Amino acid sequence: MTEYQEYLDFLYSALAAHNKKSLVLTEEISLVADIGLSSLEVMEFIEKIEDHFDISIPLNILPDVNTIGDLAKKVRELNL
Amino acid sequence: MLFDKFQSMASFQADLAERDIAPFGAVAEQILSATEGTVQGKNVILAGTNNYLGMSCDPRCIRAAQQAAEQWGTGTTGSRLANGSFAEHQALETEIADFYGVDHAIVFSTGYSATMGMCATLAGPGETILLDGDSHASIYSGVKQSGAEIIRFKHNNPEDLAKRMRRLGDRAGSALIIAEGIYSMLGDVAPLKEIAAVKREYGGYLLVDEAHSMGVLGQTGRGAAQAAGVEDDVDFSVGTFSKSLGSIGGFCVSHHPELEAIRYCISAYIFTASSSPSVVASTREALRIITAQPELRENLWNNAHQLYDGLKALGLGVGPSASPVVAVEMEDRSATIQGWQALLDAGVYVNLVVPPASPSTNFLLRNSVSAAHSSAQIDTIIAAYAGLIENGVISIDKKA
Repeated sequence: MTEYQEYLDFLYSALAAHNKKSLVLTEEISLVADIGLSSLEVMEFIEKIEDHFDISIPLNILPDVNTIGDLAKKVRELNL
Repeated sequence: MLFDKFQSMASFQADLAERDIAPFGAVAEQILSATEGTVQGKNVILAGTNNYLGMSCDPRCIRAAQQAAEQWGTGTTGSRLANGSFAEHQALETEIADFYGVDHAIVFSTGYSATMGMCATLAGPGETILLDGDSHASIYSGVKQSGAEIIRFKHNNPEDLAKRMRRLGDRAGSALIIAEGIYSMLGDVAPLKEIAAVKREYGGYLLVDEAHSMGVLGQTGRGAAQAAGVEDDVDFSVGTFSKSLGSIGGFCVSHHPELEAIRYCISAYIFTASSSPSVVASTREALRIITAQPELRENLWNNAHQLYDGLKALGLGVGPSASPVVAVEMEDRSATIQGWQALLDAGVYVNLVVPPASPSTNFLLRNSVSAAHSSAQIDTIIAAYAGLIENGVISIDKKA
């Protein structure tokens, strides 16, 4: 099982291309409000995560995901 | 505040009002024929109606509706489960099942409720739905209500579907796959042959929404699954009567006898009034006509090719292949609004499509072709678009 920090590290790395404001990425950073991902960018980002971990992320969980930390926890749960 | 979330829409409406343009809810003041009407006091060619086979103004359908209203009254005043099942509804269910060569059918009051109702009911908590990412709002609305796990696959991408079915493992066998025959905004056709092959490999059930492909594709007009030769792989076909049949209502057909039990579990079927008898009668007549007159489909495709080829020759951004839905990709919201009004001023009514109704972030002027359009009308539509280029509303350098 991959540890939570490893999920976070992957998300930080995958978000680098979208981090146009050069924010210091932490688990509290919001994907939409802080980084400013559009709905299309969110879906592209999700696909990147899915392919990396070979999982499918259900749409149902997205309303509960606000921050990078939220997403790391959900991906970890799905990959258990 | 309660209304904060509507501010972006209010801003869009204010933008339209400032320009004195009303593309949404444009009122047809008169309908002169299946392809002509009056909008903003001007006679226009209707090129955004989904009236694919021109059935809405067919005198035989009108007569059937008139006779049914006289015989049955104007409405049913109740649900199919209560007082709202008339012999007309049962006859239509038998006839739509026969049209599809299956034994079971449910008729709904609208196409939206048919698709939404089936998607909300077939899969439930603990089960999985895989839907095409560009699915219609009725599908998204339904699956959200279902309680099932919802997984998107990339639009028209059977390889991505296969990958996601593999990831499901043993759960794939009870998964519900949802695709459309023709996608409503861009007019592209689903690769159902390949999607059916994925289903055969991994198991599961396949629902195809033939709303824009019924009457349009297939040897006898059953839609995209028939055209692809995979009808045996389709578990549920849903569709609408409001496009190629020119009335209103929806259906689900299936070879599964369980559809008769499912019928009584669909809220969108149970808790709404059934279609008025005149609507059902005109639908039955239209179904008879499109079965007896396959040349209507030939006319439709001739017109579709004429419009698609004409717009493509102008250098406009259109889809990869001809279809009765021909969407022209526009630069941005402002150009799309300006283009829509300029086309109307030139005597052509089309649909203005902006996100989120459009896939991705597209701004579109969406045209739908009818078998009832004359070749001269199609030429007029093409000439109107040429006018947009001449007037600088569309820059071919940017969009070609």
